[in-house]
Amino acid sequence: MEAFSHLLEQLYFTSGNKAKAQLIADYIANTPDPDRGWAIAAMAGTLRFDFFKRNTVKKLITEHSDPALFAMSYDYVGEVSETVAHLWPYSKPTDSLPSLTEVVETFASVSKQKVSDTLANYLTVMTPAQRWALLKLGTRGLRIGVSARSIKQILADYGDKDIKEIETLWHAVHPPYVDMLRWLEGKAEKPEIENAVTFHPVMLSHPIEDSDIEAFTENTWQIENKYDGIRVQLVVKSSKAFNDRSIDSDTTNEDDPEKALFSRTGDDISHSFPDLLESVSGNMVLDGELLVIHNVEHDNNLSEGSTAQGITTGNTTSDKSDLQASSIVQPDVDTFNALQQRLNKKKPSKALQSSAPVGLIVYDALVLDGKDLTEQTLKTRRLALERWFSKTDNKRLFLSQTLTATSPESLRQLHTDVCQNRAVEGLMIKRLDSKYIPGRPKGKWFKWKRDPLVVDAVMMYAQRGHGKRSSFYSDFTFGTWENNQLLPIGKAYSGFTDEELKKLDNWVRRNAVGRFGPVREVKKELVLEVAFDAVHPSSRHKSGVALRFPRIHRIRWDKPANEADTLANVKALIES
Amino acid sequence: MHPSTWLKTDDTGLYCEPGEFYIDPMNEVATALVTHGHADHARAGHNSVYASPETLAIMKTRYGEEMAIHQHAVTLGKTIEFNDVKVTFYPAGHILGSTQILIEYAGYRVVVSGDYKRRHDPTCPPFKVVPCDILITEATFGLPVFKHPPIEQEIEKLLHSLRVFPERCHLVGAYALGKCQRVILALREAGYAKPIYLHGAQLKLCDLYKQLGIDLGELIPVSEVTDKKTLAGEIVIAPPSALADRWSRSLPNVRPVVASGWMQIRARAKQKNAELPLIISDHCDWPELLKTIEEVNPKEVWVTHGREDALMYQAEKMGFKARALSLVGYDEEEQGGD
Repeated sequence: MEAFSHLLEQLYFTSGNKAKAQLIADYIANTPDPDRGWAIAAMAGTLRFDFFKRNTVKKLITEHSDPALFAMSYDYVGEVSETVAHLWPYSKPTDSLPSLTEVVETFASVSKQKVSDTLANYLTVMTPAQRWALLKLGTRGLRIGVSARSIKQILADYGDKDIKEIETLWHAVHPPYVDMLRWLEGKAEKPEIENAVTFHPVMLSHPIEDSDIEAFTENTWQIENKYDGIRVQLVVKSSKAFNDRSIDSDTTNEDDPEKALFSRTGDDISHSFPDLLESVSGNMVLDGELLVIHNVEHDNNLSEGSTAQGITTGNTTSDKSDLQASSIVQPDVDTFNALQQRLNKKKPSKALQSSAPVGLIVYDALVLDGKDLTEQTLKTRRLALERWFSKTDNKRLFLSQTLTATSPESLRQLHTDVCQNRAVEGLMIKRLDSKYIPGRPKGKWFKWKRDPLVVDAVMMYAQRGHGKRSSFYSDFTFGTWENNQLLPIGKAYSGFTDEELKKLDNWVRRNAVGRFGPVREVKKELVLEVAFDAVHPSSRHKSGVALRFPRIHRIRWDKPANEADTLANVKALIES
Repeated sequence: MHPSTWLKTDDTGLYCEPGEFYIDPMNEVATALVTHGHADHARAGHNSVYASPETLAIMKTRYGEEMAIHQHAVTLGKTIEFNDVKVTFYPAGHILGSTQILIEYAGYRVVVSGDYKRRHDPTCPPFKVVPCDILITEATFGLPVFKHPPIEQEIEKLLHSLRVFPERCHLVGAYALGKCQRVILALREAGYAKPIYLHGAQLKLCDLYKQLGIDLGELIPVSEVTDKKTLAGEIVIAPPSALADRWSRSLPNVRPVVASGWMQIRARAKQKNAELPLIISDHCDWPELLKTIEEVNPKEVWVTHGREDALMYQAEKMGFKARALSLVGYDEEEQGGD
């Protein structure tokens, strides 16, 4: 545990990526199994369970220290783990701290009732820095500025392998990675993963620039709606044999499922969407947008045709694809707002599953019918996908429609047109000759989001931020006028520079007029130009509106508060 | 008459009506009593200034001989009068020349602590416990998370780092007045005898300390070093703001070190880009604040600049009447000592 805490401490205060990589490589080279594997898991975010819940930690500290002082300290420090590390009132340092593995195994096996006592005992024998490491580790909240991707790169360098090899292996191997590390050190064969349902790193897009639009030419690009849901990867291996499971008993053998839904970053979110997963079968890896889709129970035979429903935005193309128009049902897509009630629900109720059914708009395929397509061009993959859709009966899967533009001008027009539809947040523009390359390769895929909406609002309350912004007032609630009263319409904590943050923090401290717990009320004098993606009606807020992704666009130091927008102005932006 | 009727705060600072003076005013005033030389407490341009001789010397070093029209050096422990108000300065242990101020009027004794600490500091006499009815205390580190480790331990971290990274120039960000000299003295006490290199902003005040008889060992301005590569493995002390600016780029393979009480909070250290945070403070930590309230044992505690809420809460819990006294302008990290 000392070595792990020491590593975290160094990583935390080291700024360069290269220096961080050196520190981690050094740790891997000099730390025995399985400690180093657990450390890798902690840093890469692949630990499978919380040692203890954040709430357990909070409860523990409030039992052992003054709750009001804890609350005030936490408000200032901005992070529970560090607050507890400093506030823990008992200290009995020891020369023989448990190893990282011992800590992991203890929490893996301890009964629920004993978790809190176990944690308390550990905290008492540790220094504040070690406590912090333990708390971050145990709640899986390690934030040391090292991405999972960097860890993979470090491992690749460590074993002198290509990072792609690590990428493909990654979701099939499990902490503490003894087999993988042995392979990297040339002491064992590469771990066998052929039949595992694993996440494949996704290909990402760049925001489009004016110059990219100007360079647009016909027949080079595939154009699609940019849907306003969440990007997911659906992996299905229905034909998977059951007798080839790893019998390696010292690795935790999770249930090897035959299908899974992953978030863009590789988190397994299957449990939240049983309706989708139950409905699919085959042997494929699909890339698509998860959305609430109301006609998921459609019947292909009663197809209403490609333009009858949903998100069609004119310019429907059927070039080179008669299949698409004849047999594909258009999805009846709901807004992101509708999807939100399904996100982060570990066990959605039957009622919710039927009132907000989810489906997938598929825009790419990495594997179809067991065949890897990632080395093929988008054009080839698209054709394969269309063919596949013509014979599949996966009712919750919809093929993403392609759109046409012939010139930069018509592309601009198309963008304006599609942005009329609130379930769409812009265009995706992808090179037809692009292979499926994990990461964010340059010049291949572009996203063109809708222009944000803006209003001038008045700052009403401020709260201190967390993490990097801890102890600065950086979370701002703002409102617009109704008659002579300001009504809060949202909260923003991004969009400003560090320099502006300092000024805002200073302004808040000088203009605070009241306090509600950690929230400061401020003089209603500062106008913030707030940008956001959409406005929705909301019964949860007194103002009756909720903003999607609000951020501070500009600080209007110059503008008098009475010239800020009215609530009526904001409501006028609601799209029906 | 209760002091809340004659001791008031406004945008300029803390004002004593019957004595017609301000304490540590932010703006130019007729009569200013100054607790210590940090820029957020000591400003130039007053008509009359009362302060310890060292504080006056610091103000003159910073603002020039003409920093105030009338400059009155007070003797610690000796009472002076402003109308019917008796005023006595006592040592505060914060930095060279720092004082607390006892105000006696209408049967009440009020102590304005200024900034203070309870740890040993070789540059100033220790904080004196002055019995009073009302203690006006600062609360810069007024949260129980703040427990400053012994300075020896923090200096050892710096010396250890020098051994591990002998090729890196250790650039220590430390406030020019107080912190800089305290770090130098602690290094000397730990046996570090090599020259210590200084950013131009640290020079004048270090010279003043030397003139006042405080031995800081050999100090060399960085500007006099022709080959900056020779600063590898050496200690350079600069204002915290210089760590990130162009100036530091001339130094070889810089390891940024920051010496400040704020360094206890990781995110703060990170915000300052400190690779090696040293928790060295010239203020009280939480236990020191509580100890002081207990020892002074006033009837009321008024809490100013800092984390007032927690200290008020705790003071009330300890049985004292407490109130927040909001003073504008202090606690600006960039100009105040920390």
